[in-house]
Amino acid sequence: MATMPVRRPGSPSKKSRNTAAREESRAGWIAVSPWIIGFLVLTLLPMGWSFYLAFTSYDVLSPPEWVGGRNFTNVFTNDPIFWKSVRNTFIYALMYVPIHLCTSFGIALLLHQATKGQSAFRTLMYLPAMTPAVATSYVWLSILNPNDGWVNRALRSLNLPAPLWTVDPAWTKPTIVLTSIWVLGGAMVIFLAALQGVPKDLYEAAKLDGANAWQRMWAVTIPILSPVILFNLTVSTIASLGVFTQGFIIFDSRGGPENSALFIMMYLYRRGFENFQMGYASAVAWVLFVIIVSVTILQFVLSRRYVHYDQA
Amino acid sequence: MAFSQQSILSQSTVSKVREPETTNRNNGRRNAAIQAILLYGLLSALAALFMAPFAWLILSSLKPSSEVFSGNLLPTEPTLDNYRNVFTYAPVLRWLGNTLLVTVLSVILVVCSSVVVAYGFARLRFRGRGVLFAVLLASYMLPGAVTMIPTFLIWNELGLVGTFFPLFLGNIFGSSFYIFMLRQFFISLPQDLIDAGRLDGAGYFRILVGILLPLLRPAIVAIAVFEFQAKWDDFLIPLIYLNQRSDFTLSLGLASFKADFDMDWGLLMAASVLMTIPMIILFFAAQKLFIQGLSASTGIKG
Repeated sequence: MATMPVRRPGSPSKKSRNTAAREESRAGWIAVSPWIIGFLVLTLLPMGWSFYLAFTSYDVLSPPEWVGGRNFTNVFTNDPIFWKSVRNTFIYALMYVPIHLCTSFGIALLLHQATKGQSAFRTLMYLPAMTPAVATSYVWLSILNPNDGWVNRALRSLNLPAPLWTVDPAWTKPTIVLTSIWVLGGAMVIFLAALQGVPKDLYEAAKLDGANAWQRMWAVTIPILSPVILFNLTVSTIASLGVFTQGFIIFDSRGGPENSALFIMMYLYRRGFENFQMGYASAVAWVLFVIIVSVTILQFVLSRRYVHYDQA
Repeated sequence: MAFSQQSILSQSTVSKVREPETTNRNNGRRNAAIQAILLYGLLSALAALFMAPFAWLILSSLKPSSEVFSGNLLPTEPTLDNYRNVFTYAPVLRWLGNTLLVTVLSVILVVCSSVVVAYGFARLRFRGRGVLFAVLLASYMLPGAVTMIPTFLIWNELGLVGTFFPLFLGNIFGSSFYIFMLRQFFISLPQDLIDAGRLDGAGYFRILVGILLPLLRPAIVAIAVFEFQAKWDDFLIPLIYLNQRSDFTLSLGLASFKADFDMDWGLLMAASVLMTIPMIILFFAAQKLFIQGLSASTGIKG
């Protein structure tokens, strides 16, 4: 205290800058603290606990019983249905994500061109996204009815083959894909909003360089929109790995003919909430964690090469 | 800049190519007309394709169940019986009340907490912010499959399975997806607003509530619509946590129709229409701000 330097006029700022920074830092920690607590309580704690439970047998009613690595051995050597659900989910994601992205991007491009009536068309194509998933599932379950549904009536009247959508194991996943593609409105409005933010002079410049519409899309639109494309890619990938409602309503928790529409979440639901095998289900969840996190990291490493971030 | 460049350029082209101008312009006009016809034709076809299942839903809800799969597109004798039956066969108003309770509480909680957290991440400098934000993004990628069962076990330990709490209380901690979106929006606001507030002696939370909050309206509407829709829609979480038929949400109740009324299609369709109507009203009411909020929150600007 005694050796406190005499404050020179003109530099009062260092100390007050420090207190200001400390105050800002404290406000920052307080602001983000709800999320930190939530992360600890609703993510880390459950994960830690499920890691322990993965080595137990636990039916919720009686206390967990330690079984060592038996659950994991069973997952890997004795549970073809689980691996089928993983395979189903990834096949579904590989069909759904690209079709979903291309369709919603394509429709957004068309809407962006339409200066008149844009909001009317946008609303019409967004409406399915407002329909609750259970209702959507009922609609498509009836439209795709193999005998009397309108899709097959139309296909037959055109003399085209009419697939047994909900009955043939080869067609159950496309059935769910169709149901999910119908509700592409969210991705579409995000693409459309992004398209409207692309600076016009870039197109003018490309036009002057003699680029046609197709070249302008690849040279201007797609690079500029790449962060938004990655955003929609991530959101739709996460959604597709969590697919549940459509499969559960259109089929049931068993996932349709030959388990062909049994997805990961449905499998976990069956194990955990129909058979009450919480220990085993926890082991399955951890195996899934490793699989899905590896896929996500791979996706990011690959996409990093193509995504362009504006410096501004 | 771009504008002046362009006008200079077009002047020079005009003086160079005088004669073929008119034919060029006619050609261009015809091309534009063809393009417009193609564009609007394609859009109309797509809109029709997207509306067709919707039309089917509404038409079927007006038919007796025996007629739904008959091959008539239009009901021979339109009836509102299905709608009447929905209310007599099931405690639909009760389910509506349950759903509204859960949905409204979820929206209020998630908006308040996500705004505050996003403000911290976007506008307040503190040590460890970058790392924490990376963790937040990573936690968003965490598949629901991993946390579903352990989270259920925690609510079970708390004795709250079978109540509405697990359906909305987690929102008090914010949601990583909305925090991410709001952060983008916060970043696009000018720093001067905050600096001016500081000079006036306002604390950081005064600045948030007094100065920034009004500007956030579009983003808040966007996430409120998202969350409203998510909770209105949600099927898996109510399925896991609610047991009593009288406690069901609309999603769960609608799903139970399939088994309880042996695929009474007219009834299913009428109930589906009823459950969709509030969402459509919400969309039309919020549309303008919703779209504004989305465009500012998805990261293309700022």
